Amino acid sequence: MSSADIYREVILDYYRNPRNFGKLEKFDIDAHDTNPLCGDEVDMQIRVGPGSRIEEIKFTGKGCAISQASASMLTELAKGKPLEWVKQVSKENILKLLGSPELGPARIKCALLGMKVLKTGVYGYMGSHYEDSEDSSSNR
Amino acid sequence: MLLQTKPFPVDKIRQDFPILQRKVHGKRLVYLDNAATTQKPRQVIDALVDYYSRYNSNVHRSVHTLGEEATEAYESSRERVARFVGAAPKGLVFLRGTTEASNLVRFAWGEKFVRRGDTLVLTMMEHHSNIVPWQLLAKRKGAKLRFVGLLSNGTLDPAQLEDALKESPRLVAVTHCSNVLGTINDVARICSIARKSGATTFVDGAQAVPHLPVDVTTIGCDFYAFSGHKMLGPTGIGALAVKKDLLSEMEPFQGGGEMVREVFLDHSTWNVAPHKFEAGTVNIADSIGLGAAVDYLTALGMERVRNHELGLLKYAMETLSGVKGFKHYGAQKVARKVGVISFNLADIHPHDLATILDEEGVAIRSGHHCAKPLMNWLGVAATSRASFYVYNSEDDIDVLKAGLEKARRIFKL
Repeated sequence: MSSADIYREVILDYYRNPRNFGKLEKFDIDAHDTNPLCGDEVDMQIRVGPGSRIEEIKFTGKGCAISQASASMLTELAKGKPLEWVKQVSKENILKLLGSPELGPARIKCALLGMKVLKTGVYGYMGSHYEDSEDSSSNR
Repeated sequence: MLLQTKPFPVDKIRQDFPILQRKVHGKRLVYLDNAATTQKPRQVIDALVDYYSRYNSNVHRSVHTLGEEATEAYESSRERVARFVGAAPKGLVFLRGTTEASNLVRFAWGEKFVRRGDTLVLTMMEHHSNIVPWQLLAKRKGAKLRFVGLLSNGTLDPAQLEDALKESPRLVAVTHCSNVLGTINDVARICSIARKSGATTFVDGAQAVPHLPVDVTTIGCDFYAFSGHKMLGPTGIGALAVKKDLLSEMEPFQGGGEMVREVFLDHSTWNVAPHKFEAGTVNIADSIGLGAAVDYLTALGMERVRNHELGLLKYAMETLSGVKGFKHYGAQKVARKVGVISFNLADIHPHDLATILDEEGVAIRSGHHCAKPLMNWLGVAATSRASFYVYNSEDDIDVLKAGLEKARRIFKL
């Protein structure tokens, strides 16, 4: 797919005007990760509400349009959902959010950084550990 | 002098590089990631094939014909590589590359000579390979690191360097050329004043040897390191030039075959340099390939290579500055730079830019370039980097410029 298809107007809009960008004053979950390949960073904070739902979620970060837009879109999708929902979020969900059928191996890590942070934070809160099969931990 | 006025034969050179014939996304490959690694001419590829097809054998051991031919080719390569940088062959150690070189010095020299409370002086423009080994050494020895900062034009701050040397540091480790900014440091002067303060000097020449005439004797450093794959040679081979008086004082790096003279049950004695630092079966094929790369560059002439890159650098600075939103990092004066341009384009992240350029067949580097302290100093998380070599032409820079304009359109700028 061509870059004109990847960088659609909506992605650029989320990159330049990210929704749910910022910090929460009170939060139950705070997770952070980086993509060592490009130095993309995402930090997410979540306040857990009644029924173990994601009551509030905000993120901060810096990096490419793909990493920042996907993190922002994911926070929108996650808000109000039960924590359990986070477990079934997949690579396919993220690609659908971005409107990209596929991304190359170098860029898919950018797209999935937000998901990785969300899962790391929520799994940790629920007392388990997120094993990232997409993450080769390569430091290229 | 006649050679200098002849035009640089880029078209002819391009014929020597098979990879430049390939297409990327249906476009001509415009390879501008030379500071990361360079492409290989047919002559280097042939040298590898020739070794494996005709005389593959271990060196310094076997008495048979193949063994003698391999040993002769390996040692001849060492002599040519040493001559290329003005070093003595006995003081030129073959190893994996610049990273292994700094690690060799850390162990073989640092373990013996660095003591608690010593200062190791580095600079803010170092590659991680000239920072992390010294951090590890300092931690083990209880030594401290001191970093020389930069002026706003991307050159080392001479006042800070002078200050740091007042502490009589044990080591000054500095890059000859910055892999991000392209800045050429006056390493001869730095080594001269460092020596007066009693310091041992390590120069990272990974970005210098491929692009400039280099003479380690004139520079006067104790250690000078460089990588083969950044100068047309194979990956996995590089060299460390060591000053003569240190060769016998240093301890071995790794223990094993070839680096020993005699082995008893309780102790061993060491082979002479450079073999003392080359344990085990060495990287024979790639050393021979590096020799072929050095022959190729010698035939071109390093003065001419430098002039060619200087021309490209001037053209690129003029051409790319015309793109709206183009922000360049480092010195504007090209005379003090190698052919490396680090930049950003408006609010486009370098990774997005590299993706868009890749579609045009243009390969650039994007990211932190293994120089995070420098990125922090620049106040950016990442930059894009275009770097030139012997097969690049002004056409390549025009394609890059067109790619930047396309990126602006895609990002609705």
